[in-house]
Amino acid sequence: MTALTDDTLPMSPRAMRDEMIVFAVMALLLASVPFSGIYPFFVMQALCFALLACAFNLLIGYGGLLSFGHAMFMGTAGYCSAHALKVWALPPELGILVGIAAAFGLSLITGYISIRRQGIYFSMITLALSQLLYFIYLQAPFTHGEDGIQGIPQGHMFGVLDLSKPTVLYYVVLVGFLAGFLLIYRIINSPFGEVLKSIRENEPRAISLGYRTDQYKFLAFVLSGTLAGFAGALKVFVAQNASLTDVHWSMSGEVVLMTLVGGLGTVFGPVVGAFAIIAMQQYLAGFGQWVTVIQGSIFVICVLTFRRGVVGEVAHYFRRSL
Amino acid sequence: MKKSIASLLLGTALAVTAAGAAFAQDKTVKIGALSDQSGLYADLGGPGSTLAAQMAVEDSGLAAKGWKIDIISGDHQNKPDIGTAIARQWFDVDKVDIIVDVPNSGVALAVNNVVKEKNGVYINSGAATSDLTNAQCSPNTVHWTYDTYMLAHTTGQALVKAGGDTWFFLTADYAFGAALERDTTAVITANGGKVVGGVKHPLNTPDFSSFLLQAQASKAKIIGLANAGGDTTNTIKQAAEFGIVKGGQKLAALLLFLTDVKAIGLETAQGLNFTETFYWDMNDQTRAFSKRFSEKMKSGAMPTMVQAGVYAGVRHYLKALDALGGNPHDGIKVVEKMKSMPTEDELFGKGEIQPNGRTIHNAYLFEVKKPSESKGPWDFYKLVGTVPGDQAFTPLSESKCALLKK
Amino acid sequence: MQALYAQLLVGLINGSFYALLSLGLAVIFGMLNIINFAHGALYMMGAFVAYFLLNLGGINYWWALLFAPIIVGIFGMILERTMLKFLTGLDHLYGLLLTFGIALIVQGVFQNYFGSSGLPYSIPDQLKGGMNLGFMFLPIYRGWVVIFSLVVCLATWFLIEKTRLGANLRAATENPTLVRAFGINVPRMITLTYGLGVGLAALAGVLSAPINQVRPLMGADLIIVVFAVVVIGGMGSIMGSIITGFALGVIEGLTKYFYPEASNTVVFVLMVLVLLVKPTGLTGRAA
Repeated sequence: MTALTDDTLPMSPRAMRDEMIVFAVMALLLASVPFSGIYPFFVMQALCFALLACAFNLLIGYGGLLSFGHAMFMGTAGYCSAHALKVWALPPELGILVGIAAAFGLSLITGYISIRRQGIYFSMITLALSQLLYFIYLQAPFTHGEDGIQGIPQGHMFGVLDLSKPTVLYYVVLVGFLAGFLLIYRIINSPFGEVLKSIRENEPRAISLGYRTDQYKFLAFVLSGTLAGFAGALKVFVAQNASLTDVHWSMSGEVVLMTLVGGLGTVFGPVVGAFAIIAMQQYLAGFGQWVTVIQGSIFVICVLTFRRGVVGEVAHYFRRSL
Repeated sequence: MKKSIASLLLGTALAVTAAGAAFAQDKTVKIGALSDQSGLYADLGGPGSTLAAQMAVEDSGLAAKGWKIDIISGDHQNKPDIGTAIARQWFDVDKVDIIVDVPNSGVALAVNNVVKEKNGVYINSGAATSDLTNAQCSPNTVHWTYDTYMLAHTTGQALVKAGGDTWFFLTADYAFGAALERDTTAVITANGGKVVGGVKHPLNTPDFSSFLLQAQASKAKIIGLANAGGDTTNTIKQAAEFGIVKGGQKLAALLLFLTDVKAIGLETAQGLNFTETFYWDMNDQTRAFSKRFSEKMKSGAMPTMVQAGVYAGVRHYLKALDALGGNPHDGIKVVEKMKSMPTEDELFGKGEIQPNGRTIHNAYLFEVKKPSESKGPWDFYKLVGTVPGDQAFTPLSESKCALLKK
Repeated sequence: MQALYAQLLVGLINGSFYALLSLGLAVIFGMLNIINFAHGALYMMGAFVAYFLLNLGGINYWWALLFAPIIVGIFGMILERTMLKFLTGLDHLYGLLLTFGIALIVQGVFQNYFGSSGLPYSIPDQLKGGMNLGFMFLPIYRGWVVIFSLVVCLATWFLIEKTRLGANLRAATENPTLVRAFGINVPRMITLTYGLGVGLAALAGVLSAPINQVRPLMGADLIIVVFAVVVIGGMGSIMGSIITGFALGVIEGLTKYFYPEASNTVVFVLMVLVLLVKPTGLTGRAA
């Protein structure tokens, strides 16, 4: 059985430099968006999904665990942030914290349950757990069921940044995304990340070396879920609503697709994938449900011919790690 | 999401100064028809609503006066988040002036916020919740056709007075169902009846058997269906399967559309009582409009009251613009103008728009014909009674709309 | 009490679908080591094929019970030959992803042409109406669904556990190389197995058409519940998945009677409980 991702080259100074250059280019490009005439709402949405996909990638690409329910963290954080902002009238920064805390709590519970099984069972369990949560949110009064939480006030972050101004909001979201991205990058390259990769490659061996692999996997799950929650909390400010769409399994599927397209286990892959999929949804929206068909086809093509994803293939071609 | 259905290039570049006006008037308008294009409400709104808006533009005669009016349509898929994202993009990027239709009360209320924030115009015909002109009213919103208050005070009241004094509700679990159940319950208790129970079901439910069984066990005389479209037709069909009507309980379809009756079939639907504000076979004018409409529909369907409301609403909106002499691109201003003019069209007759945004027109109690009485493929209704608009809709004295407190 | 029996019946009907679907999943998993995410979509196709047969070909429900599983089964075998085959040797997760993609394609195509609301498929004349059993009102068709699915499940169990074909199949699952050495065409067997599993899903689809209407998304949510059923039951045994399927349907029915609010979630909650107590599932072997 081959592993889900190709072996990446060991971390070398050169690889580190490559990644830093790409990161700087990405940050610059994103920072210039408000001057480009691109609809900022679209880019902000893509940034939230990119962060979500990066968080998801932390689990699958480095931990080898395919979660099919990652939307539950985004949706939970979204609902909790939205509730905190609208009903408790908390300022934005605290609203985000509430969302992150909720996702953290949820990932503790779901992680404890789901890492008891591996492989496809793990995927099915996360999927089922997210569906359980979906039904709970459907009925819970504070989520307003099908109607969702609407008209969420954006407010002033730290009392000064007026988030109802699109440009201000854009840069806040961008900073949030970059911070999340760097954190994930740091985790991947930490000793913890290295152990995680070794578990992905050969779990029995890692166990024989004395690592308590379940604890590592659990920690990866919690980190991933909490960061996904951060993405969900940011998204509340962009969409100004929190709804069932964000906890539905089809959203979890989209996250998987984004990461797969961009490249499982690559640093920049999920970002590329998220932008590609969101752009596709945006520009092909007029084709109705054909978007679903196209997404399905991309899944099939990726799995059959293109398992490294866009970034993975590029990196492989240049023999670099990205 | 957006599809340029009809780029009606009306007239050439006649955007010249209107005679007497001191400045050049902008005579371009962009209408967005936002609806459920493929789900359970697509038949009662959907593509038919876009067509109705198009017909209203053609019939307005504004093309000849140098107006350029575009229509785009979008599919909100019954999801408030998708609906608001489309609305926001329409205002920000596509420069839409007015959003029409929007069935599904949950989406309708969410879009209501966006239209207010962007100062557009919102003529809702598809949604039922009376909150649009009550607690959540907006100076940018006009609500046409029907609402839950009206349904409760017509169908609901008639049934309670006919002896149906114990009710069990089957309620669609979102804003619409909640509003309809709330308004109907108020009518039931005011008339000495009692609600003995209820169950909420998710939107777009295929199998109602377990909910119907709960209703059956409640022994209520009336099972009130606070749902709509495909959900209502499924409930009625499955109730027949479980022998509920035969067992002596009566179904109250609080909201039933022409297309629903078509889907259920007269055999099962016969004898149902309900209320609508438009039926194609009312008079010569409605018949003429419906014939034109039906010929343009792919399915050949007759217009529902929602689609008729879109037509009437757009006609009135364009009349107001014409009276203003140009498009100020200022939602509040246009809606104020609309409210100041009495409404009159071929489909709903004479009426008015109240300060809270509610359009007042007659409502009609219908009964579904027996198969033997039906003479054609769309000949479904018998008129039972007419309720004048001022009795059917929320009296201003009861409205909690903040716009009234000036 | 009448309502309790009626809810139990509704539960048994859902249980029949769970059993047929999880049985198909178990059969496929046994041979192909793939969790067939497309199972729900193929179940939906079964219902649509029945709808087309009736409305385009004038072929009634009874023939649809036979033809729809065959047609969808052939479609499944084509999928196996053209795509799934190439995943041999890769991580199991790729099978999940590939079949998820297939499910999206199939569902999207149907949604495009038929919208997301249901198309009516009426109950065959012979099974219309209901019987008053004294303690409850039994719609005949729903009774038929329970009995027929039970028969099909047991027949499948018999085929796999008690016949020579089944013995080969089980042997191929355990040790494909050895079975190949005995001169048995293992790839063909895999294809046929996939066809069988898919056919069971399509059969469930036909059975469900008159109850649930024919909808492009009818299988999308159902399959997740079935996944939970599979996790609870474990995929070790055929009988296990049949019993778990029916049992969970009944439990759901009881929940609908005693505490309707939890009826959507009870299966998932049970899954969590089982995982906490016995992570391998009730009948499962260690993965």
